[in-house]
Amino acid sequence: MANMSLTKCPMPSQDPEVRSHNFDEVALGYTAEMAVEEAKRCLNCPKKPCHSGCPVGIDIPAFIGKVAEEDFAGAYEVLSQSTTLAAVCGRVCPQESQCEGKCVRGVKGEPVAIGRLERFVADWHREHAHEEPVKAAPNVHKVAVVGSGPSGLTCAGDLAKLGYAVTVFEALHTPGGVLVYGIPEFRLPKELVRKEIATLEAMGVEFQTNMVIGKVLTVDELMEDMGYECVYLASGAGLPSFMGIPGETLNGVYSANEYLTRVNLMKAYRPDSHTPIAKSKSVAVVGGGNVAMDAARCAKRLGAENVYIVYRRSMDELPARKEEVEHAEEEGIIFRLLTNPVEVLGDETGHVKGMKCIRMELGEPDASGRRRPVPVPDSEFVLDVDTMIMSIGTSPNPLIRSTTPGLETNKHGCIVTNGEDGLTSRTGVYAGGDAVTGAATVILAMGAGKQAAAAIHKYIQEK
Amino acid sequence: MYRIVEKTPLNPTVTKMVVEAPLIAKKALPGQFVILRAGADSERIPLTVADYDREKGTVTVIFQVVGGGTMELNALKEGESLHDFVGPLGRASELDGLKKVCVVGGGVGCAIALPVAKALHEKGAEVHSVVGFRNQDLVILEDEFRACSDKFVLMSDDGSCGRKGLVTAALEELIQAGENYDEVIAIGPLVMMKFVVAVTKKYNVKTVVSMNPIMIDGTGMCGGCRLTVGGKTRFACVDGPEFDGFEVDFDEAIHRGAMYKDFEAHAREEACNLLNQEVR
Repeated sequence: MANMSLTKCPMPSQDPEVRSHNFDEVALGYTAEMAVEEAKRCLNCPKKPCHSGCPVGIDIPAFIGKVAEEDFAGAYEVLSQSTTLAAVCGRVCPQESQCEGKCVRGVKGEPVAIGRLERFVADWHREHAHEEPVKAAPNVHKVAVVGSGPSGLTCAGDLAKLGYAVTVFEALHTPGGVLVYGIPEFRLPKELVRKEIATLEAMGVEFQTNMVIGKVLTVDELMEDMGYECVYLASGAGLPSFMGIPGETLNGVYSANEYLTRVNLMKAYRPDSHTPIAKSKSVAVVGGGNVAMDAARCAKRLGAENVYIVYRRSMDELPARKEEVEHAEEEGIIFRLLTNPVEVLGDETGHVKGMKCIRMELGEPDASGRRRPVPVPDSEFVLDVDTMIMSIGTSPNPLIRSTTPGLETNKHGCIVTNGEDGLTSRTGVYAGGDAVTGAATVILAMGAGKQAAAAIHKYIQEK
Repeated sequence: MYRIVEKTPLNPTVTKMVVEAPLIAKKALPGQFVILRAGADSERIPLTVADYDREKGTVTVIFQVVGGGTMELNALKEGESLHDFVGPLGRASELDGLKKVCVVGGGVGCAIALPVAKALHEKGAEVHSVVGFRNQDLVILEDEFRACSDKFVLMSDDGSCGRKGLVTAALEELIQAGENYDEVIAIGPLVMMKFVVAVTKKYNVKTVVSMNPIMIDGTGMCGGCRLTVGGKTRFACVDGPEFDGFEVDFDEAIHRGAMYKDFEAHAREEACNLLNQEVR
């Protein structure tokens, strides 16, 4: 019997007043009863539009059907045919613009909570199932994956399932890419990422950390000297942009990447951490994406009294997920919209003491269709802050393109591929994720990893 | 894990460590650096490659014990391992075509200046070295410098060895005496490099400095190491660490270097207590 409730079964979460002082996960997840109740909202549409909205092609009605039957192990089996990172995706995918955006139930009322159900099934499996992951019969082919973010992990997982000997090369000391250095603990517990990686290891994937490809080894050396038949470049878009306004090198000005790396990867939020982070009273985060929300919410948890999101457009144009904006607001983050910094002000010791801003108004739509922010003359004012976090975007790191002859890149530094399956201008070299698209989402990066794995398999089989 | 095959104190606060890292040893060049972590919870610390042995697969770093992180590193013994060791990072020194160079080293910076002086010497350039230390007890690598220098000047702040005074005085004398250097390469504390540049600017002698800002990843993903060079923001870990000394904003770099002074003082105290307890 279908559950015809127009709204999602709510998910319990930590109280905002409590959670804004800790780094524990905010959303607590469904109980089995809640999951079954929510699963019964799925109408099992024969055309399953939700499926077309999932970049890794999960058979959504099939896994939800199993949840409704309380066959959670069966549900996990369906999920794992398409994804190796269900616990991650269920938490960080922007479902509203992916699977849930296409859900028929969303036409009248709220869509089925596909993400929450995926998360429930993955978490249930982690807690209840103890069987070893299946290790495929090995074939003789070696593939190198550069970067251990979501795209690299997905590609590695899919290739390992087909029996390839996969080595993942990671520049940092911990694998996971943005899942470990970028997305904070309170949205994605790092223990989950560690477990997902352990599963890949059990499937035969080898991880080599501290390996900066382009420096210690080049792509050509991987292929010519080390016998990797294909290389998948999934090095992300980790190079932070700054605004180029006066005062940006003052102490207390961070890129979001630096701030989040210190907090998440180096655990600077722990009192016993060996890596320092600013002790701030008032923080301005410049930008309106998910990264800006993460940085702002981290700053709040580190004890800042006032945390501002400073964004040059209005609430409607914020690129961050709606849920993240709501969480940020609940936690007391202050939104200073239609505001743009023009100068960072410093005190006599070279530390940030304020940010000179100008008010903006929305003008005519630009080429991308978004209304362009225009400064309001003589509207400058100073926001009193002691820390500033720049979160205005990132671009691909030049290390790989500058050390790989014949690898075509575009004017933004992104690797050019044929679009279809991630093949670059170099035979046997594939690329995907943010390294190709510029900063985008975890799930798109995973979709690209999946496509590339299929293309690499086809290429090696036909060779 | 990266095994420490040799550990030698060079003076009371400076230690030389030879680390097994064959892939890095194969690629490293003078001027490049590594990032290391002593233990599983340690901070990432950048250290310049002081030497490498491509045959033995080892990389040498020389560090001064200045705070919590380097104390922790210095607590490791021969045969033990570093948790992480990444490199070679940064751009190598550009030494081709130089005929006559003055290498100026200050304190532990001499460990970084030595491979540059050695490489120049091997390339057949005339190498003058001016090195300075606070006092006699802190002198490191004197013999090694003498071996690769056509002219060697040792300075000390208190006159306990070599000549009394700062490296800038000796450098200015050499320039005034008519030594026509193609380039001066200065490596040491920021204040020293700043004043070396103040001297060489007067005589318009091209000067390269090796910058040592705070770093986290060392691969260009965070901008923590950014500097203003020629009015532009540059990342020392990928665009440097060497830059044209005339273009660097030293005052800004000095401010940025002091960003975590309080935290570091605390960490040093903590590490001290911890290590002392272990000794007892």
